[in-house]
Amino acid sequence: MAKVKGLKCKECGAEYPVEPIHVCEFCFGPLEIVYDYQEIKKNISREKIEKGPKSLWRYIDLLPVENPTVGLSAGFTPLIKAENLGKLLGLNNLYIKDDSVNHPTLSFKDRVVSVALSKAKEFGFDTAACASTGNLANSVAAHAASAGMNCYVFIPSNLETNKIIGSLVFNPVVVAVDGNYDDVNRLSSEIANEFGWAFVNINVRPFYSEGSKTLAFEVAEQLGWRIPDTVVAPLASGSLYTKIWKGFNELIEVGLVEGKPPRMLGAQAEGCSPIYQALKEGRDFIKPVKPNTIAKSIAIGNPADGPYAVKVAKESKGDIQIATDEEIIEGIKLLAKTEGIFTETAGGTTIAVLKKFAEAGIIHKDEVVVAYITGNGYKTMEVLEGKLEKPIHIKPSLIEFKEKVIGKNVKVGG
Amino acid sequence: MAVTVRIPTALRRVTQGQGEVTVEASNIAQLIDALEKEFPGMKERLVDENGEIRKFVNFFVNDEDIRFLQGKDTPLKDGDVVAIIPAIAGGNK
Repeated sequence: MAKVKGLKCKECGAEYPVEPIHVCEFCFGPLEIVYDYQEIKKNISREKIEKGPKSLWRYIDLLPVENPTVGLSAGFTPLIKAENLGKLLGLNNLYIKDDSVNHPTLSFKDRVVSVALSKAKEFGFDTAACASTGNLANSVAAHAASAGMNCYVFIPSNLETNKIIGSLVFNPVVVAVDGNYDDVNRLSSEIANEFGWAFVNINVRPFYSEGSKTLAFEVAEQLGWRIPDTVVAPLASGSLYTKIWKGFNELIEVGLVEGKPPRMLGAQAEGCSPIYQALKEGRDFIKPVKPNTIAKSIAIGNPADGPYAVKVAKESKGDIQIATDEEIIEGIKLLAKTEGIFTETAGGTTIAVLKKFAEAGIIHKDEVVVAYITGNGYKTMEVLEGKLEKPIHIKPSLIEFKEKVIGKNVKVGG
Repeated sequence: MAVTVRIPTALRRVTQGQGEVTVEASNIAQLIDALEKEFPGMKERLVDENGEIRKFVNFFVNDEDIRFLQGKDTPLKDGDVVAIIPAIAGGNK
């Protein structure tokens, strides 16, 4: 008996077979994988998982792929007890899930792309594509290269230079579209209608998005098979946030862990916060916004999973907060100087919001809290230009070193 | 007003496979009715029981989201291109 039963519309419940489709024909709602949890429960165990590969594929029983062929070393990133940052924020059990060192392109996108392109290969596609704010493009381009697939990536033309180079190096066709991410997304959706490609975040999206569940699975296993009390995660489309929630719930469902799912705290940039606004105004629908923030990787003005993210925030008794551009930069610097982890703007947003929740007393000091760091700071270094201390320039002279660096009154060797 | 409408894959069963159709309409509400007349079953897929555009349906007039224009009352003129697009996402999270 198969672990996957089929696809189902999250809105009206219409059922579909396992095909590369993502939208319900009746109500336009998004499609989601339906699993046979009874069947999975019979096959899955902690022991089996612990003996599995040191990658996200150790959780294959809860992923919609039969035969993984792409991204075989993605996932299984470090979970770090953040003692220094914890001390500063008054949190005794703060952990960082560090996907800034995911393989091979240093963001959580390596998870979703591994799942999406493994499935795309099963479907028989020979061309991979995506609409992206950068990290996804990097990951699709890298995985398509190793999988021997043709590749087209569509990005907003104003992206950070390093993220563009980080795609070009894998030799895909990079299409830089004059417009913001939502424009790129709309165009890509229309292109996906015309060409028979595996657009990972369009027609393969139901499979792709499942990869984010492994962020929950790994954290539970790394905590010794327990669920954290609270997690903090960034929100762009809302997919990652809702899939982390789903992942923890599935672990309970198949009996791998006991307890209740975590409280879900979410982070958006003030300059692009349509999900936060919907939650605050008590709406179950999203009013799209035009993004204006340095946090480009999470600047989605029309987030497709926004309504579900609002639902998860409420269901989990969680909340969503926002951070200004200045707070995002401070968040990046705070994580770097306390934990030695260099994250990008999305991670800066998460840390800034974590700090707000901690300072407001919304997170209790003894709670087990996990903050999800989803991307790497070395990709977006330009946002820190002029925001850091400058190097101290000296001649190759010991006297000058003492004068300018150590201070005039310090003795040599002292 | 003759307006070109681009049809997404999910609706092409209703349009017998056509990816682009032309209808007469002077705003989005009329356009939805005109589509229903030509392709029965279209309207219930685009609007909910209260007559509001479904939350996962996006209309773009000449590449701009109608929620930034005048919603269902967004006026149309000859030669406009209207794209119907399901909510999709990606980006980082």
